[in-house]
Amino acid sequence: MDMSQYLQIFIEESKENLQALNENLLLLEAAPDDIEVVNVIFRVAHTLKGMAGTMGFAKMQLLTHSVENVLSEIRNGKLHITTEMVDIMFQCLDALENYVDQIINTSTEGDESYSNLIEQLEAILKGDFKGSNVAAPAQQVATAPATQQAVGQKTSGSEKKAEKVAGNSPKIKFPESVEAIKNHALESGINVFKLNITLATTCMLKAARAFIVYSDLGTIGEIIYGEPSSQEIEEEKFDQEFMVVVTTDESAPRVEAIVLSVAEIEKVVLEELTLEQEDDIPEPVATTQTPEPSPTPAKEPARPPSKKTEAPSKPPTKEEAAAAHKAAVAGKSVRVNIDRLDTLMNLVSELIIVKTQLEGITESSSTNSETNYSDSVEYLERVTTSLHDAVMKVRMVPVETVFNRFPRLIRDISRKLGKNIELIMSGEETELDRTVIDEIGDPLIHLLRNAADHGLETTQERLEVDKPEKGTIKLRAYQDGNSVVIEVEDDGRGINVEKIRSKAVERGEPADVVNAMSEQEVLDLLFKPSFSMAKQITDLSGRGVGLDVVKSKITALGGNVEIVTELGKGSRFIVRLPLTLAIIQALMVNISSEKYAIPLNNIQNIENIHHDEIKQVQNQEVIVLRNQVIPVVRLDTILELPSTDTQDLIVVIVRKGEKQVGFVVDSLIGQQEIVIKPLGKYLNNIHMIAGATILGNGEVALILDINTLV
Amino acid sequence: MKQYVVFEMDKQNFGIAIQSVQIIERMKSIMRVPKSPVSIRGVMNLRGEIISVIDIRRLFNMTELPSTDATRIIILKMEDAMVGCIVDKVKEVIDIEDDQVEGTATMQGKVDSSYIIGVGKVGGGDEIVTLLNHERLVEVSFGIGE
Repeated sequence: MDMSQYLQIFIEESKENLQALNENLLLLEAAPDDIEVVNVIFRVAHTLKGMAGTMGFAKMQLLTHSVENVLSEIRNGKLHITTEMVDIMFQCLDALENYVDQIINTSTEGDESYSNLIEQLEAILKGDFKGSNVAAPAQQVATAPATQQAVGQKTSGSEKKAEKVAGNSPKIKFPESVEAIKNHALESGINVFKLNITLATTCMLKAARAFIVYSDLGTIGEIIYGEPSSQEIEEEKFDQEFMVVVTTDESAPRVEAIVLSVAEIEKVVLEELTLEQEDDIPEPVATTQTPEPSPTPAKEPARPPSKKTEAPSKPPTKEEAAAAHKAAVAGKSVRVNIDRLDTLMNLVSELIIVKTQLEGITESSSTNSETNYSDSVEYLERVTTSLHDAVMKVRMVPVETVFNRFPRLIRDISRKLGKNIELIMSGEETELDRTVIDEIGDPLIHLLRNAADHGLETTQERLEVDKPEKGTIKLRAYQDGNSVVIEVEDDGRGINVEKIRSKAVERGEPADVVNAMSEQEVLDLLFKPSFSMAKQITDLSGRGVGLDVVKSKITALGGNVEIVTELGKGSRFIVRLPLTLAIIQALMVNISSEKYAIPLNNIQNIENIHHDEIKQVQNQEVIVLRNQVIPVVRLDTILELPSTDTQDLIVVIVRKGEKQVGFVVDSLIGQQEIVIKPLGKYLNNIHMIAGATILGNGEVALILDINTLV
Repeated sequence: MKQYVVFEMDKQNFGIAIQSVQIIERMKSIMRVPKSPVSIRGVMNLRGEIISVIDIRRLFNMTELPSTDATRIIILKMEDAMVGCIVDKVKEVIDIEDDQVEGTATMQGKVDSSYIIGVGKVGGGDEIVTLLNHERLVEVSFGIGE
């Protein structure tokens, strides 16, 4: 059977399981004695291990297995959780995530075995774990094997030679991971049997028989290795014989009996495996870093001598190459609630009903066909609107999928910075389009880091200004009209606007311009690339690192960022994102002879204004509306169109953050749903145009980019 | 030997390698794009895709004329996009032997020369076709690489 078809499911589920592990480990750290949490973690880890094993990702399986061992000891109350242990576990999760990433990209798990992590887990198990050798896992990992084929190995080697009698058949070399699992089992007093099973020559359904053997053995223990691989067995790519290695508490005769109880089995050769088999491995062996001779050092061949030992599913086949391709493509999937699909289905059936109705009208030319027709069209309109809604909903994903990695992030940052930080999240259920969700992670991480690193004072400083020792970062998401707002708020030192001002002057901005700027405009300077490049402003105000990147990313998504800050009290970064990118509601307007679309979510209101009401302030046309002075922009001039000379003007008032601007248009066409299309790579540098859309008659209308025009 | 699509502008013949031509369309409505380069007429809808359209008359500094029945849009395949070119008339597809192509040193006239590959002779030298490099043509139109 081709496993590649399950790869996508494996990837999705592994991600979910890893996320669950992350969350529960955080819980566990907060409440180390909660045995229920340990149970949950244990179960999830076990599932993950099982899945990795099934898919033939042996290294991943081994690492998970080691984690599981530690968890099992914790569950049995033999070990007590410490922060250092949680650190190691988190590093293991990172390593597992790396495996998954590798699998997504190449559909193989790669060569990395993270042996030092496994060693550290072993050390935890043995109780001689020292928290000190924790740091920087990724770098350590690669260096482990070759150089330190160490003392421990040699000392323990001699005592093992003595036992080495039992193995009477020619040695079979298992993949290193299987070897390690086997050793683990043996160390914990579980029997490991190697079974050579021969099927009767008359057997027609070899794969089925083998499968029964597999599942029967599965009930009494765990199959850790098979040759040929389970995949090949399912494809019947074997003759009469196959071999499995099983770990079980049962005795040898019992195991043999179980296998023989399956029909059409000709014979079973059972061999009990013992620890020393690995001594036959000629390669240098990596051992624990601790030089003291330990009775059972974790041994692993430094490099697999051939492809064959890596995982049962090797060597790479065509299917695998195809799978690699498929995985990369399939990376963008959305999990859809079945209810939403049902709604979609219902709407489609309604569409069919309308179609039938319309067909009926053309056939029967009765007198009331006119009203029937308009009824049907109206109905059709309702259905398509709902259909659009339903399809959009299918694309929606809760922000939780992005948020759920942040508690871990904040934990790591707070450990690193030595600050006591609490992250309070709300509105995780708020939904955003999948495309936005994919892009929003990095900017948010940036803002959170910024808040933790620069926004919050050190514990010392906080105590000095009578603030609670624990700094708080609030991450909030909520829907506001046609957009979703995500806020990152800290209760730290705030941003000193005056210092930014003086820094801007230092950097060569004209002093009078800078001093005339409003607070909001000054804060906007932080988003300028040149500003964040300058380290001084960072040291000074503690802000500005890479904020330009955040800004450009969010602008690219059609959103915007604002800062609200109060010196000494904290700052709030407000990110406003459109609900979706592909289809928007827009107001279609005529400007001179051309049609343009203005995104409806930018529009606040539309006013009819007599041209006398337009006043001049500092060479800028403005109108006064409900006691507010709003600058007016004549779109025809900006769009290089001939201006029409009318007395009564239509002004579309557009809001961007705090700012309001009125755009003069010639006439309104109406509200319309439009599909945004890019202008293409050659014209993408025209900033005031956000894209184009195709109208009902096939013509093209341009979409104004309000963000750059305001 | 290479095949070229030959089009006519102000009684002059120009050729574009046939491999670079996706399709030839009749004149369609084109939306002007403000602040775009002078040679760009605007954007059009080609079966749901928005593509930019070059006005070859503007690019060649020829006087602008209203479009006629013969006006065509040659859709060029670029690396990752398509670009349209408005031409007066598309005449034919011809074969030109490589040794019938001369360099551009002797060229003169209104046409900027950086996108001209050379001049191809057809029918024993009776007729000449100015051969264009479509990539360079698009680059010049959009002001890239100047």
